[in-house]
Amino acid sequence: MLGEVRGGVILAEKRAIVINENDNVATLIADVTAGEIVLVSREDKEENMTVTQDIKFGHKFAIKPIAIGEEIIKYSEVIGRATAPISVGEHAHVHNIESMRGRGDIKEA
Amino acid sequence: MAEFLGYKREDGRVGIRNYVGVMSSVTCANSVVQKITEQVEGTLPIMHREGCAQIGVDYEQTVRTLVGLGSHPNLASVLVVGWGCENVLANELAAKIAELKKPVEWFIVQDSGGLLKSIEKGSVIAQRMAREASVLRREPVDLSELVIALQCGGSDTTSGIAANPAVGVMSDMVVKEGGSVILAETTEIIGAEHILARRAVNEEVGNDLIRIVKRFEENAKQMGVDIRGSQPTAGNIAMGLTSIEEKSLGAVMKAGTTPLQEVLEYAFRPTKKGLLVMDTPGRDPESITGMFAAGAQTLVVTTGRGIPTGSMLVPTLKLTGNPKAQKISEEIMDIDASVIVEGKKTIEQVGQELFEEVLAVASGKKTKAEILGLDELSILRAGPTM
Repeated sequence: MLGEVRGGVILAEKRAIVINENDNVATLIADVTAGEIVLVSREDKEENMTVTQDIKFGHKFAIKPIAIGEEIIKYSEVIGRATAPISVGEHAHVHNIESMRGRGDIKEA
Repeated sequence: MAEFLGYKREDGRVGIRNYVGVMSSVTCANSVVQKITEQVEGTLPIMHREGCAQIGVDYEQTVRTLVGLGSHPNLASVLVVGWGCENVLANELAAKIAELKKPVEWFIVQDSGGLLKSIEKGSVIAQRMAREASVLRREPVDLSELVIALQCGGSDTTSGIAANPAVGVMSDMVVKEGGSVILAETTEIIGAEHILARRAVNEEVGNDLIRIVKRFEENAKQMGVDIRGSQPTAGNIAMGLTSIEEKSLGAVMKAGTTPLQEVLEYAFRPTKKGLLVMDTPGRDPESITGMFAAGAQTLVVTTGRGIPTGSMLVPTLKLTGNPKAQKISEEIMDIDASVIVEGKKTIEQVGQELFEEVLAVASGKKTKAEILGLDELSILRAGPTM
């Protein structure tokens, strides 16, 4: 769904927020379906991006390609690491990200 | 300087409500406390599940918490009711509360002719105390007397984007005016401790913070479990929060940007003003009770999904950044932070609104949770039940 036209570009109506420019994920503030264009807002700019999966309000998607084992960055801080490669527009959540803290199940080397 | 209208207490602290507390020393006395407070207007029940068969640090923590609650600035005075065979003794609690300059009385049910006669006896005492409390008046006091407890519950990804940053704006305003805010929930500092430690006033305070976070994490590890079994909660995950780190980074936004002045163990009174951290678990009832015992006069709760946390002793303001939760739970939300994600207001605007609402509540305006009687209290246990 598309909305407002600004600077010759039609801006998507559904939005996602990128909190810091270093982040590699955006947080959706609307439910979206695969192939839908969303407006990704950052502090300094806004751009349209396409999500590749159905994703729910409040969930995240990758805005940069993320390799397996790579850190997931939000708030310019590490929130976990990728357990699978994540492509741009793909849902980024517990199925492809793991926490690195409070892990009593992992024996330290 | 910002001011509010509060009740000046003998110990130098300031109350924002003026109840006569009726507090059980042990769970067995709860029924007597309940009946007294139903009978006598102006009283407030302070009931819990502890007080018996407790030893060591667990016993000490319960006593410390009850003394903190009994001497709370929102109480004009307090009546402590014991049953008679417990080890958290009403007379000992009363003596400690009296030392802290709070008017206090106590009695034991077993020494007062039993349950029904105790309800009568306690009601007569409470009636006299309520008459005495009713003549106290609010006076203008400096905002620096205010201590605000911060808590989040039922978090989602809007918490870290909208509600918590708005609370952070309020926290900075309060601290700038000389007041205090307490950030708690050590579980929800895991993964964000470096941010707070960097802001510590000195190395010692920074180390205190790292120590409580490590201790919490070690406890989980010693159980051989993965903390992800409970943090983030199933509800958090359903709403898009992926890891404890993500939840924590959003949670610590409540603390604003000022230097960290002091790290407190559970239910201890602050000795500093400004931004404080208390070591509490993430679960709301135990966490907020620790901050109440420290003397926080009001509580600000952010929520993603819309939780009913509230307290009659410590008036509780709530806000959510989630438009759906705001719509469903408007009757328990004092400030609408969902306008932030909808792009209608800025974080700063909502933070300012919250600051003004907190001052109004401190001066006597009732919160939505307070009007609906939402009331939670639970003392954190530090040992096994004997």
